[in-house]
Amino acid sequence: MRHETVNESPGPRAAGDAGGAAASTEPAYLRIDNLWKAFGEFLALKDVSLRIGRGEFVCFLGPSGCGKTTLLRAIAGLDPQSRGTIHQDGRDISALPASRRDYGIVFQSYALFPNLTIERNVAFGLENARRPRAEIRARVAELLALVGLSDQARKYPAQLSGGQQQRVALARAIAISPGLLLLDEPLSALDAKVRIHLRHEIKELQRKLGVTTIMVTHDQEEALSMADRIVVMNHGVIEQVGTPVEIYRHPASLFVADFVGETNKFASRSDAGTVRLGRRTLSMARDDFADGEPLTVAIRPEDVLPQSAGEAASGPNRLAVVIDDMEFLGAFWRTHLSGGDLGDETLIANFSMNAVRRLNLERGASLTIEIPVERVLAFPGEA
Amino acid sequence: MSADATVLPAGRPVKLGLDRDGLIKRLFMVLIALYLIVTLALPLYAMMSKSFSTYEFELQRYAFQVSDGEGNWGEPVTAAELNARLGLLDEADLASTSDGRLAATELFPDFNFRSPVRYRIRGTVEDAPYLVGLEYHNSREWQEFDSNTFRRINLRPVRSIGVQNYVEYFSTPSLVSSIRNSFFIASVSTVLTVGLAFGFAYAMNRSCMPFKGAFRLIALMPILVPSLLPGIALIYLFGNQGLLKSLMMGHSIYGPIGIIVGSVFFTFPHALIIISTALNISDQRQYEAAEALRTSKWRTFWTVTIPGARYGLVSAVFVTFTLVITDFGLPKVIGGQYNVLAVDIYKQVIGQQNFEMGAVVSVILLVPAVFAFMIDRMVQKKQVALLTARSVPYSPKPKRGFDMACLAWCSLIGLFIVGIIAICQFAALVRFWPYDLSLSLNNYAFNRMDGGGWSAYTNSIQLGLLTAFAGTVVIFIGAYMVEKVQGFAAGRSFFQFLAMLPMAVPGMVLGLAYIFFFNNPANPLHVIYGTMAILVISTITHFYTVGHLTAVTALKQIDGEFEPVATSLRQPFYRLFSRVTVPVCLPAILDISIYLFVNAMTTVSAVVFLYSTETNLASVAVLNMDDAGDIAPAAAMGMMIFYTNAAARLVHAFASRSLLARTQVWRTR
Repeated sequence: MRHETVNESPGPRAAGDAGGAAASTEPAYLRIDNLWKAFGEFLALKDVSLRIGRGEFVCFLGPSGCGKTTLLRAIAGLDPQSRGTIHQDGRDISALPASRRDYGIVFQSYALFPNLTIERNVAFGLENARRPRAEIRARVAELLALVGLSDQARKYPAQLSGGQQQRVALARAIAISPGLLLLDEPLSALDAKVRIHLRHEIKELQRKLGVTTIMVTHDQEEALSMADRIVVMNHGVIEQVGTPVEIYRHPASLFVADFVGETNKFASRSDAGTVRLGRRTLSMARDDFADGEPLTVAIRPEDVLPQSAGEAASGPNRLAVVIDDMEFLGAFWRTHLSGGDLGDETLIANFSMNAVRRLNLERGASLTIEIPVERVLAFPGEA
Repeated sequence: MSADATVLPAGRPVKLGLDRDGLIKRLFMVLIALYLIVTLALPLYAMMSKSFSTYEFELQRYAFQVSDGEGNWGEPVTAAELNARLGLLDEADLASTSDGRLAATELFPDFNFRSPVRYRIRGTVEDAPYLVGLEYHNSREWQEFDSNTFRRINLRPVRSIGVQNYVEYFSTPSLVSSIRNSFFIASVSTVLTVGLAFGFAYAMNRSCMPFKGAFRLIALMPILVPSLLPGIALIYLFGNQGLLKSLMMGHSIYGPIGIIVGSVFFTFPHALIIISTALNISDQRQYEAAEALRTSKWRTFWTVTIPGARYGLVSAVFVTFTLVITDFGLPKVIGGQYNVLAVDIYKQVIGQQNFEMGAVVSVILLVPAVFAFMIDRMVQKKQVALLTARSVPYSPKPKRGFDMACLAWCSLIGLFIVGIIAICQFAALVRFWPYDLSLSLNNYAFNRMDGGGWSAYTNSIQLGLLTAFAGTVVIFIGAYMVEKVQGFAAGRSFFQFLAMLPMAVPGMVLGLAYIFFFNNPANPLHVIYGTMAILVISTITHFYTVGHLTAVTALKQIDGEFEPVATSLRQPFYRLFSRVTVPVCLPAILDISIYLFVNAMTTVSAVVFLYSTETNLASVAVLNMDDAGDIAPAAAMGMMIFYTNAAARLVHAFASRSLLARTQVWRTR
């Protein structure tokens, strides 16, 4: 705790910055400490703490019921947390009503006002600030240009496509230049194609405006492609916070490994830095397990590397296997492996088109695979 | 270790500060809840407590002392001792009502106001009220009067709480028989109405008969007239001077027959709307499946049609039953000697000034109304679940024989409805029924009759407009607060309960409850008694529930995320309310206002206790003119109500359409 008195004048930030020169890192824009949310007996959030930096794009990712939307609504002041504090830009907003917080919000349903034209929708937040009409009109035109809807200004929401409506909702939310942009599953109601397109656009827009953004999603692809950092949640707790690459490559828990991307899972036991898979032992990079501790080994399908016929089947982390079945999925072949060194286990691998052609892989063929040491992920406990 | 982490730490839950919006919303909600408490809950409570109040002169509470001519005082004696000694008054004489007075001289048979004898009176206990002239006394000190003043002393009854009134009610056969009568006419009318309306709705939804639009208009006509108008028409047709009296084969139209026929007339549209809605939501695919399985038409009807419409049918049964059993105007006009509960209330209160007994009958009438209301609500909830199912609407194919049968059925019912109204119009224009059938407008000279004259008509229009305007504002804002305010859940469900309550309260009961509550001089709201304000308030409250449900349904269809969005844009809620919520709900708002207007024009039951000479109403005038034997002018006034409501409907339809065209452009893609 710092000693400066915290009040709402611009003072504390200046003071904080002055004092923070020694601390070297900029204070978090959004600081969430020990947040709990109870609905009767059910705990939707359990002791959640999180820091979000200024200008960051953060995704809350998790299955439905994991608490991600609850967390967002607590930040927005729509459903207050039961315990804990939230600070935004150095200001304690824990008990502030929503109207006195500083954010723009976009919902899955767009929530556009159906009886107002697109421009009136976008202007809705601007109109009571005693701004001159011309200025409002200019700002609306600027915003509509930003989301590429200048020619739709006079239409009503029902006359636009879903993707267009969501862009209007976005323009309306950023019209008042909020310090924080909250997106609640903004893309879930849209077609796959539109979704991918809009994903890119939102990310661009956010980068251009530099507005701190939180997006709630259950779609891992969306989170991986858009976020600077991902907060993976499950059962009301944060499982892992990290960049998309960290989350994908180095999942902190079996849940994360399973929820983000695909994995093969095997029950095993730790043995001096190795685990057993079928008839072979695999070395792994992590060796902080006690010997004999039950583990779950996780191997991503794309981390299974096919070896050309000449290479020895007996190298480290190599296994001789047989191809059971192959499914063509466009960019790659999903290949079911069994037999040989796998014993009773089966393994799913994704082989690229090129590899399949080069190595002449087909159903029934035998081959050698390698699982790189650092790609053998292991988590305590049995799956 | 991890177990610790899953227990909510001790402490107080975070409560968000109240912003201005939150304050205003809560204020509004409190205001409207207060409105319903003052205009509904408290009057009902006053009525309930009245029904358990009995009044009696308690003679042991008073002591007298009498002097001789020379001024020598005799021994003090209590009134009870006096009475026992002389055997003057028995128990029945001592029973009273809240208004009762007992002259003190009754206890002194040899009293003479010219004698020089002087009298003293005092209370033997704390509460011993008596009047000297109009002056209220209640004291344990001796008060002395000369004999001329003493004759102006009246003892006042004392209130006690108990079921005495109910005991008396149930031991009076003429009163108890009304319960059976009411149930009888309500049951028979319900069976007839629901049967006829089901056939009509079935023809409208499932046949390809012609003139459906015209039939729909005709079927809804009875809503536009007071319930007593069919009574007047029936008197003209089958009454003592009736054109078709011979058709009655010696039976009298004054009594159950008249009430039942008239009830079928005025409840028909209500049942029809409910059953039509239920038939409308049926799924074409079920009929296609039945056909593919080669199910007979008869079996399809019983296994697909009836189960699909069962909630609608049950709901129609209870709504019709409630309408008939609580109706006052019709049995008043055509009931003759046949007593029913709603008329009993009127007779007890207006005829015999026995308010306590009126309250008892009200409570008894409240029982079936509340019961029917609760069953209807349960059924309605299930109906909603059916509506949300995604189904393919049924579209009938022409079948000549069936279509013609439907046409015949609807024509008969249409003829009945149009006939009743036409008879009224004809009777109103005829010089002297049935002897001189030449036409004149004499019967429209209301100013020459009892009942309030043309000012009653303008009062009614004023009441209709005020009710429509104020009622729509109150009801819509109230519904908005219930539907769109976050938090405050206990307050909201209490409010919802209050808003549903008026549906279960018969108009007569509400009117009587208002007398008890507002005519109490101790009540500061006493000032509105006898004014237009109390008529407007009672009418709004009486018809609150339907308007509330209409508003809630419209508001439910609005995205619940508008409010958070507007808040995040730092806009006050009233801006969202006026710019978005109200325009989007405009069709519903117009529906509520026309509903209130039409009902304010036709209602008799609540206002019959509450109008004053300055605020006479057209619907009450119909009743009073009929009562005074001016049946033709009564019919004429009834037709004025009909034309006014029809015109209001036209204006409403026109206004809706043009407003919709202007403000609801967004609905069309």
